[in-house]
Amino acid sequence: MRSPHFLDRTFAVHDHQADRLPTHPLHSAAPAASQWTQLQEAVAAAPIRFLHGTTTLAFVFQHGIIVAVDSRASMGQYIGSGSVRKIIEINPYLLGTMAGGAADCSFWERYLGMRCRLYELEHKERISVAAASKLLANIVYRYKGMGLSMGTMIAGWDKTGPQLYYVDNDGTRLHGKRFSVGSGSTFAYGVLDQEYQWDMEPAAAAELGRRAVFHATHRDAFSGGYINVYHVRADGWVNLSHDDSGIAKFREYIGYERYVKKTAAITQERPREVEGEVREAQERMAI
Amino acid sequence: MSGSNPLHYNGGVVLSMAGDNCVSIASDHRFGMSQLTLACDAQRIEPLHDRLCVGLAGLATDCTTLAERFRYKHNMYRLREKRVMRPRTFAAVASSTLYEKRFAPYFTEVVIAGLELEEDGKRGTSGADAMTDAVYRPYVCSMDLLGALMVTDNFALAGTCAESLYGTCETFWQPGLDPDALFEVTAQSLLAALDRDCMSGWGAVVHVLTPEGITTRELEARMD
Repeated sequence: MRSPHFLDRTFAVHDHQADRLPTHPLHSAAPAASQWTQLQEAVAAAPIRFLHGTTTLAFVFQHGIIVAVDSRASMGQYIGSGSVRKIIEINPYLLGTMAGGAADCSFWERYLGMRCRLYELEHKERISVAAASKLLANIVYRYKGMGLSMGTMIAGWDKTGPQLYYVDNDGTRLHGKRFSVGSGSTFAYGVLDQEYQWDMEPAAAAELGRRAVFHATHRDAFSGGYINVYHVRADGWVNLSHDDSGIAKFREYIGYERYVKKTAAITQERPREVEGEVREAQERMAI
Repeated sequence: MSGSNPLHYNGGVVLSMAGDNCVSIASDHRFGMSQLTLACDAQRIEPLHDRLCVGLAGLATDCTTLAERFRYKHNMYRLREKRVMRPRTFAAVASSTLYEKRFAPYFTEVVIAGLELEEDGKRGTSGADAMTDAVYRPYVCSMDLLGALMVTDNFALAGTCAESLYGTCETFWQPGLDPDALFEVTAQSLLAALDRDCMSGWGAVVHVLTPEGITTRELEARMD
């Protein structure tokens, strides 16, 4: 017998049948009208913001998509972790990025992974990036106003080639060539827009991703840690690099010489004038 | 969070530690506006004379004003008294300077590090020996933005990662540190705490005050 929960329904690409999809208990949890105001107040009073400081970026170029992110998780001004993996491997052809609430991003992107697998089983072919991103957008749209916090990019390679989508908790879903999300995104965009070219070689593109994230971590207090870079190719994604942003990459890109004038010990000579005054003070106190 | 508290708006932290016949004072170099890092060469520590330093953490505009007022008061004292201020004298001056603005305070916390001459310590008789044989005691204190003085015999600190710093200082500090060990302990305590704080970091400096003079070392901290 087929499971009533998963297999005896169609997975619409355009999720207009979403009301009939109680796949997860949370999935159809719309509050009653009477609870709505209460919920809104609760959301406003206690916003959950764990990954609000973040730099993530992705761009499409000749040889696929480069995805680059930082690894800092800030809770207010406190650094909760310096080694968060903000690139979520949805399946071997799809990547998602995390910005906003860590739990919201990781839960719903994992759930998206499940939905994508079910699509594959049902249709005997991989889901398109457009369809996958739309599944996610439709899910979060159903939770609009309930306090979900996520700004994500879905990157993958399908029949139509490399595709990149931006999806956030407002329900926004955008198709594009370059995106950056998070508190450090403005800094990353600055580098990205300046240096980006469609016909870059993969190594140069990866280096651009690293550099853009590095400059964001340097200027943005809420971004930092390590720089993780992935490359989405026709045969799936590969993890390219994992570099320390705060010291190793700073040395490479900027260098301490710019800020630290002398690293060697400097012993200040005592001015003669003060020497006399100290002696004078000592003599006074001896009296 | 940083948006609402003026003490956290620009970021930054100051730490002072007492050693054996020496004292250290250290700070980071970040100058920011909330989450935006504007500069990595902020100087929060003002040396008033070669046995007294004052560190200021908090709202940068008030830190600058206060540093200038402290400098002014110390200069006037020197001219009037023909000697430099003892650390505890300066602490009293700093405390009342802050309390003067009780109902519209400077958003600044103050840390003072100095070497206090032991009044009953053994001293040489001649002028030359007076310098070498003098016995100094570290003087370390901090005060809040209204001037509540807290004198300690171990360490004092102020700034955006105070909680983390208390943890690292409690762990690393011990009595009787010589100047080199004091530098190491101060630097490691500071760097460890900076790695848990978004609002401070981007380079750091440690000054060690000994009877012989001030040794200044710049640290290569994380720049993110």
